[in-house]
Amino acid sequence: MSTAPEIRIEDLRRRQPRNSGLISGHRACLGCGEALAARLVTEAAGPDVAITNATGCLEVFSTAWPESAWTRPWIHSLFENSGAIAAGVEAAYKAQGRSTKVLAFGGDGGTFDIGFQALSGMLERGHNVLYVCYDNEAYMNTGIQRSSSTPHAAMTTTSPPGRERMGKRHLKKDIISIVAAHHIPYAATASVAYPADIKNKVRRAMAIDGPTFLQIHAPCPLGWGHEGDQSIEVARLAVLTGLFPVVELERGGIGSVLQLREPLPVNEYLKRQNRFRHLFRNDARATQELEHLQAIANHNIEFYGLRGDRPAAGDACGADTVRRGG
Amino acid sequence: MLQALEGSQALAKAVALCRPQVVAAYPITPQTHIVENIAKLVADGEFRCELVSVESEFSAASVALGAAAAGSRAYTASASQGILLMSEVLFNIAGLRVPMVLTCANRAVSGPLSIWNDQQDSMAVRDSGWIQLYCGDNQEAVDTTIQAYRIAERTEVPVMVCVDGFVLTHTLEPIDMPEQSLVDQYLPPYAFSRALNPAQPISIGTLVSPDFFTEARHSHHAAMIKALAEIESADTDWQEVSGRGWGGLFEVQGPEDADTALLTLGSTAGTLADGLAQIPGGDRVKVIRLRCFRPFPVEALQRACAGLKRIGVIERALSPGQGGIVATELRDALEELDNPPKVHGFAAGLGGRDIPLTIAAEALRRMDSGEATRFAIIDVELDKLPPEDR
Ligand SMILES: Cc1ncc(C[n+]2csc(CCOP(=O)(O)OP(=O)(O)O)c2C)c(N)n1
Ligand code: SF4
Repeated sequence: MSTAPEIRIEDLRRRQPRNSGLISGHRACLGCGEALAARLVTEAAGPDVAITNATGCLEVFSTAWPESAWTRPWIHSLFENSGAIAAGVEAAYKAQGRSTKVLAFGGDGGTFDIGFQALSGMLERGHNVLYVCYDNEAYMNTGIQRSSSTPHAAMTTTSPPGRERMGKRHLKKDIISIVAAHHIPYAATASVAYPADIKNKVRRAMAIDGPTFLQIHAPCPLGWGHEGDQSIEVARLAVLTGLFPVVELERGGIGSVLQLREPLPVNEYLKRQNRFRHLFRNDARATQELEHLQAIANHNIEFYGLRGDRPAAGDACGADTVRRGG
Repeated sequence: MLQALEGSQALAKAVALCRPQVVAAYPITPQTHIVENIAKLVADGEFRCELVSVESEFSAASVALGAAAAGSRAYTASASQGILLMSEVLFNIAGLRVPMVLTCANRAVSGPLSIWNDQQDSMAVRDSGWIQLYCGDNQEAVDTTIQAYRIAERTEVPVMVCVDGFVLTHTLEPIDMPEQSLVDQYLPPYAFSRALNPAQPISIGTLVSPDFFTEARHSHHAAMIKALAEIESADTDWQEVSGRGWGGLFEVQGPEDADTALLTLGSTAGTLADGLAQIPGGDRVKVIRLRCFRPFPVEALQRACAGLKRIGVIERALSPGQGGIVATELRDALEELDNPPKVHGFAAGLGGRDIPLTIAAEALRRMDSGEATRFAIIDVELDKLPPEDR
């Protein structure tokens, strides 16, 4: 006999967060980090927003005609212009004397790569827009191709390991520093492993009249090669190893960071995902790439001062645990 | 030897056989498998080139232009939004008369967003000055890619090889991949006559005053017209070495003395031929598959269409507010004939709508019935629209 508790739809409905901008019924894969992150962002941002969305998984899985999972005004134009469309919506609201906040959404491809120019222009001109980049570290919507956010040595379909290659040859672009170099009031990184942190950062950005930026690390089980129920754990390991530093930058300078009590070796994170599988072969080049990745994590830890010298409620172990209710 | 290959995989191999030194591309459905297969060949050391995985199609076309201007054989591929994002560079490449080859995995253009096949993307850049060749099947796509380099390098006009997205790119077919030695013989190493070279410095892309701009345009136009002969000879020469030819500028099937023809581009030709085979009198109808759309083979089409009474053009694109693109050009080309055939324009198969075998019969029925068919979207389902939009 099954011991699983009976689940009633009404209970599930009641347990759904109220006031969510992205509601269930969309077609994201099981364990999609973007879907979770977008829900958290819209919950924290509240109802008085308009959203512009670059082409990508989030846009595709949420809006299969004639349905839409969005409960906020939402527009998708193209892959490369989310930042500029947002600037236009914001300009119009300004002209109309409205205070509705504009949220611009894009994947890492739509942000780091093809939409980079539109993003930079929007930031530089000081539009009152919160730009959220859902960073799953590749072009997932078209089937896992490398982006400039793909980590060094990761496997994608356009950076495949082979007899002469060890995955992506280049480094992950340091987008947060580039964004911060626009000297905007607030830029931050976050991870779906720390939902309360995401919400706090969104609230903070919402309160600022000016351009703000949030980069959310959002695992893609399909593209990273892990089970859908591992997304949060994998995302947390990215933070705990120092490979994805969770930080805030104000007017270009480092503000608060999520501290790590005892950083874990990068292998703990990498070995959980198929996209790094080729690095665990008995191969001198693989070992060397693992060393490179550890060096990148070490650099992040050093650069952002991630190593906490004492246990703190706000560090990577303490943050969220209470509020998530275990 | 025949191999079962997906269209995109075959195209990647064909590109490798042409030995471009620089490949620059950006993923977009349904072109993606081509670049992914190239990336795999490169990772395994089976294809030696600089593969530049760029951050946008704008850069893909620009990197290819830089590489070609530096004297390399260059390749890129795209579709749909990617072709449009490239469009500024595409005009520039052609206007600068820099040869290269681009595969367009034909797809509809947004909005509304569609990832499925039609030919609106390449049609949208028909005035960019590129040669455009449309392929009927994947074997032709392989062979045309190889021919395209020869055409581009001999004419100094870039060539876009158009391959129906999904219908061809994602379809597994038995393909005869030519031997490397055969391709090398057909396509000798290439030296661009105006390459960026410190030993002989030249300036490319200068500002041209009204005194010379018209002449630049004229010479480009003239080069396109002259390219017609190169396109034909590229095909006949390829037939000589490989045993396969594709009709040169267009391929005609059906009886010499037919008075009715259906004309189309790309993979739809097969559907029309099969559809005609199923209907009484279908064997009395010609199918003209236009392979070369740019340059538009006016005189050859005049010869091929003289004596016809009517032609139905079926195309997977339209010019909103005007109608059929190819139909209009054909009507214009045939106008000089003594008794020009009546040209009926039909758009079909937009945004991936399946083109069924019955389309040939439906087109002929409309041509017979005298229903006004200067232009119609033949497979629109009007009951899906509010009355005011019908
Ligand atoms: C100009 C243009 N080029 C390419 C595409 C094809 N395309 C659509 S979504 C996408 C990748 C999206 O990647 P990312 O922004 O990282 O978002 P994700 O799907 O991973 O969430 C690509 C390449 C397009 N729509 N438009
Ligand atoms: S492919 Fe990845 S990003 Fe896209 S819906 Fe699935 S899990 Fe989410």
